[in-house]
Amino acid sequence: MTYEIYIHVPFCLRRCGYCDFNTYTAPDLGGGASRGNYATMVVREMEVIHRWQDNHGIEEPKASTVFFGGGTPTVLPAADLVRMTGAVRDIWGIADDAEITTEANPDTVDEDYIRELADGGFTRISFGMQSAVPHVLRTLDRTHTPANVEAGVRAADHAGLRSSVDLIYGAPGESLDDWRASVRTAIGLGVNHISAYALTVEPTTKMGRQIASGILPRPDDDDEAAKYEIADDMLAEAGLRWYEISNWARPGYESRHNLGYWRNVDWAGIGPGAHSHYAMPEGSRTYDAHGIRSWDIAHPRMWGQALSMGRTPWQGHETITHDENLEETIMLGLRLREGLDLAGLGRALGRVVAPDAFASLRDRGMITMDGGRITPTRKGRLLNDALIADVFAICDL
Amino acid sequence: MAIEQHNKPGYTDQSLIRNFCIIAHIDHGKSTVADRILQLSGIVPEREMRDRFLDRMDIEQERGITIKSQAVRVPWTFDGTEYTLGMIDTPGHVDFTYEVSRALAACEGAVLLVDATQGIEAQTLSNLYMAIDHDLTIIPVLNKIDLPSAEPDKHAEEIAGLIGCNPSDVLRVSGKTGEGVADLLDQIVMDVPAPNGDPDAPARALIFDSVYDSYRGIVTYIRMEDGELHSREKVHMMGIGMTHEPIEIGVISPDMTPTKALGAGEVGYIITGAKDVSQSKVGDTLTSAVRPASEPLPGYRDPKPMVYSGLFPVDNAQFPELREALDKLKLNDAALVYTPETSVALGFGFRCGFLGLLHMEIVSERLSREFGLDLIQTAPNVTYEVTSEDGSVHHVTNPSEFPDGKIKKIVEPMVAADIILPKEFIGAVMDLCQEHRGQMGTMEYISTERVEMHYRMPLAEIVFDFFDQLKSRTKGYASLDYHEDGEQSADLVKVDILIQGEKVDAFSAIVHRDKAYSYGVMMTKKLRELIPRQQFEIPIQAAIGSRIIARETIRALRKDVLAKCYGGDITRKRKLLEKQKAGKKRMKMLGHVEVPQEAFIAALSTDEPTDRDTKDKIRAAQKKEG
Repeated sequence: MTYEIYIHVPFCLRRCGYCDFNTYTAPDLGGGASRGNYATMVVREMEVIHRWQDNHGIEEPKASTVFFGGGTPTVLPAADLVRMTGAVRDIWGIADDAEITTEANPDTVDEDYIRELADGGFTRISFGMQSAVPHVLRTLDRTHTPANVEAGVRAADHAGLRSSVDLIYGAPGESLDDWRASVRTAIGLGVNHISAYALTVEPTTKMGRQIASGILPRPDDDDEAAKYEIADDMLAEAGLRWYEISNWARPGYESRHNLGYWRNVDWAGIGPGAHSHYAMPEGSRTYDAHGIRSWDIAHPRMWGQALSMGRTPWQGHETITHDENLEETIMLGLRLREGLDLAGLGRALGRVVAPDAFASLRDRGMITMDGGRITPTRKGRLLNDALIADVFAICDL
Repeated sequence: MAIEQHNKPGYTDQSLIRNFCIIAHIDHGKSTVADRILQLSGIVPEREMRDRFLDRMDIEQERGITIKSQAVRVPWTFDGTEYTLGMIDTPGHVDFTYEVSRALAACEGAVLLVDATQGIEAQTLSNLYMAIDHDLTIIPVLNKIDLPSAEPDKHAEEIAGLIGCNPSDVLRVSGKTGEGVADLLDQIVMDVPAPNGDPDAPARALIFDSVYDSYRGIVTYIRMEDGELHSREKVHMMGIGMTHEPIEIGVISPDMTPTKALGAGEVGYIITGAKDVSQSKVGDTLTSAVRPASEPLPGYRDPKPMVYSGLFPVDNAQFPELREALDKLKLNDAALVYTPETSVALGFGFRCGFLGLLHMEIVSERLSREFGLDLIQTAPNVTYEVTSEDGSVHHVTNPSEFPDGKIKKIVEPMVAADIILPKEFIGAVMDLCQEHRGQMGTMEYISTERVEMHYRMPLAEIVFDFFDQLKSRTKGYASLDYHEDGEQSADLVKVDILIQGEKVDAFSAIVHRDKAYSYGVMMTKKLRELIPRQQFEIPIQAAIGSRIIARETIRALRKDVLAKCYGGDITRKRKLLEKQKAGKKRMKMLGHVEVPQEAFIAALSTDEPTDRDTKDKIRAAQKKEG
C-alpha cells in the first residue's frame, strides 16, 4: 500500500486571471489562517487527521511522497515548508526514498531559498513557467519573466533538486509558433519533467468573464488539439516521453506523487479545500463502502476555526461504492502510459474481461493492447472522455 | 354560507331557466366576469371569493386538469322571482370549432364579451357567427370599462355595425370592479329565451363536454332538452350505442352537488363510471335506457383531424406510458386521434391527428407537463392526396407514406383564413400571406382603424409557422381564424434529410417545390449546429429523391479531455462522466451518430432564414437547380 501527503497552501502574491484554485492574496484570512501562522495550523490538522485515522482503523505506512501545492507554497518561508515536512515525519514517518516536492512561482524563490529546501529534505521543485512568450504571459497575468525560470531551474540544479516546469497552451492570442517557442524554451532548460495543460476557462474567473463578454476570444478545441500534438512530438523528440495525458518525463523522472492519484492510492490532503482519499480497511464498521473521500472546508478562516475547536475540518465527504471505485480506477488508469490492467479489472468486476471486447477501440485507433494492459494512443488521450465512456460500457458500468 | 336556492334541480320550471354562454377572445376577461357573476348571485359568498378562486387554481395545478366552471347553475332574482341561469363555458380556441358549436347548441343566448380597449378579434367574430347560426340571442357587452385606455364608444359602434343593434344597446361592465354585472344578469333574464323542450317526452340530453377527473372518472356535462333523467336510471348514449348505470347526476353550484333528477332545460353533470375513452363523446345524445327517445339530437359527428404529427418517447421504454397518457387526454378531447407508428430514427410512438397547430401544442404540452413524458415531436403534416403515375391514390399524413417514383398529381387541403388587423399592418400581412401561397379574397373595414382580410391558403402553410409570424409582424395585434375550404393541386415534393448517408425519416418533410431549397439548407445548417461533433466526420445532406440539394459537414471531434485530473478533481470528474453517461441515454443513435433530442425539437421550430450565409446557400442551391 502506498500513502501520500498533499499540503495545500492557499496564498498567492496576486491572482491570475485564469485561476480558479482555492487561493487568496490577503496575507491574513482570519481564524488563525495567516501566512505567519499557517504551518502551525497545518501541523494541527495533521494531528487531527491522524487521530481520525486511528479511530477508524485506517493504518497507513510511512509517506512515500509529500507534495506542497497551491496557491503558491513558496510565498511561505522555506523554514515553514521544512517544518511541515518535519511534522509529517513525526506523525506518519517518511520513507527513506521519499519524493518531496513543492510547486514554486519563479518569482518567489532564489538560490538560498532552494538551498534551504534541499537541506530540509526536499527532492523536487515544480515551476509554474506557463509560457516563454511575453504577450502570452501577460494574457495569463503572470509576473515572472522567462529569465526567472531559468535562474530557478539552475538554482535547483545546484542544490541537487529535480526540476519540472508547467506550461499552459491555448491562451487567447497564442499562435502555434508562440507555443512551439514555449515548448522549445522549456526543453532548453534541460529539465527532466514537463507538464503541459490546455487552458481550461472556468466561467467564474476574470478570464471567464472576459471571454463571456467577448473581450477575449474563447479557446478553441481544435487549436488546443493541434498544440497538444505539437508538444507531444517535440517533447518525445527531446527524450521526454508522455506518462500521463498532460505529463512528460525522462524515464525515472515521473512525478511519483501524481502517479499515486492516478493509481488510486491513499492520500491525506491537508489545508483548506484539500481532498483526501482512503480505501476502507476490510470489515470496517464505520463506513460500509469501498473507500472514502473527504474534502476540507475551502475557506481558510472557517477551516482554521474548525481546527481550533479540534474538529476534523471537513466540508464534506463521500463514501465510494465498489462501482464508483471501479469507475475511478478506469478513468484514472486510462490517462496513463502504464494503462489499465485487464486482469485487475476482471478481478474487480468479478468476471473475465475478454481482450476481444476492446478490439473495436483498438481498430478505431483509441488504444493499444500489450501485456494484458490497455494504453491510450494519442487519439485516445485527446478523446479520453469518449474512451472512458466506451470502457465503462464494455464493463457494464 | 352560500344562499339557499329556491329552485331545485329536477323541479324547476323551464320558464324560470336561462341558459347562456360567454363568447370572448382570449384575455378579454371572460373568467373575471364569470367569477363576478358567481359572487353577485350569492352562491359564492363575498368573503370566500378570493380564497375560493385561489383554491380552484391550486387544484387545477395539482391535478393537472381543468376543473372549469363548465356548467354552473346560478340563481338570480329579477322582479321578485328567482330564475336559474345555466352558465356554460365554451372552449376559447380556434381549433375547437366543433366543441364550441356543441356548447352553443346547449344555450339559448350568448353574451358577446369584448374588451373595451381592444375591440372585436377574429376569433370572437367566428364564434359570434356560429352563435348567430345557432339562433342564439346575442347580448353584446364591453368589458374592462374601468381601464383608462378603454374606448367603449368606438367599440360599441364596431359591435353595433356587426350585429345590427344600436350602440346604446351594448352593455358596459367591468369584471374587475363589478360595475354593470348585475344589469347584465337582469338583461340575460329579460332577453334570453327560456328553454322549450318537451318535459313529458322521453329524456334527451346533449353532451357538450366531458372531463376526466382522476378521482371520479369521466364527468359528462349535459344539457337536458326533453324529459327527465333520474339518479340510478340507466342511460343510453345514442350516437355510440352504449348503456351505462349512472353513479351520480347533479348540478354545479358552485361545487358538484348530487341531485335526484334533472329536468328539461336544465344543465348538469352525470358520472357513469365509464372509464373507457370512447364512452362519452361530445355531441352525443344521452337518453333513458328504460324509455329511450327515438331520435337523437342533431349535429353529432366524429371530429376530423386536420394536422398530423408523430409523438415519440425519448426513452422508448415510456411507450406504454405514452399510450396511457393519450388515452386519458382523449377523455377530454374527442378530437384527438392516434395510431401506433414506428420510426427508424425514433422507435415506437404514435401518429397523432389534431384539429390544428394549437391543439397539437396543447396536447404535447400536457403530455410533458401533466404526465412527465419526454417526447420528440415530428414536424406537422396535413393530409395530402397523392396520385402516382400508375393511377394509384395515396392519402399521405406522414412524409414516410409519400410514394416513390413519378407523381401525377398532389392535392392539398385549403383553408379560408380571416385575419383582423390594424390597417397599418395591411402591407406586412399581405407579404406574409403571399409568402405562404395565400390567394387574396376581399378586405373590409370593420372600423376606421381595423380591417378584416380574407385569404385562401393551403392548410400546410398555416400549420407550419404562420401564426407566430403573423403575431410578430403585426406586433401581436392581428388575430386569425380559419376553416376548411376545399382543396387544390400543388407542386409539392418530399425533402429527405440524410445523416451520414442514412435517411432520417423523422426529418423528412413535404414542401412546395419553391421552398424545398430553403427547407434543405436550413435543416442541414440547423443539424450541423445541433449535433455535437463526434469522433468521425458527419455529412448532413438534404435530398429530393436521389438528388442532393444541400450539404453540410460536421468535422470530426479532435479533443474532449480535460487537461488536469489531480486529487481534488477526481470526484467532480467521475460525476461529470456519470452525467455524460446519463445524457447519452437521451441521445438517439442514428447509425453511429448520436443526435440530441434538441435536434428533433428544432425540426419543429421554423425561424426565418435571416443570416446571410443561409440566404446565400439557398440562392446557390436554387440557381443550381434553375
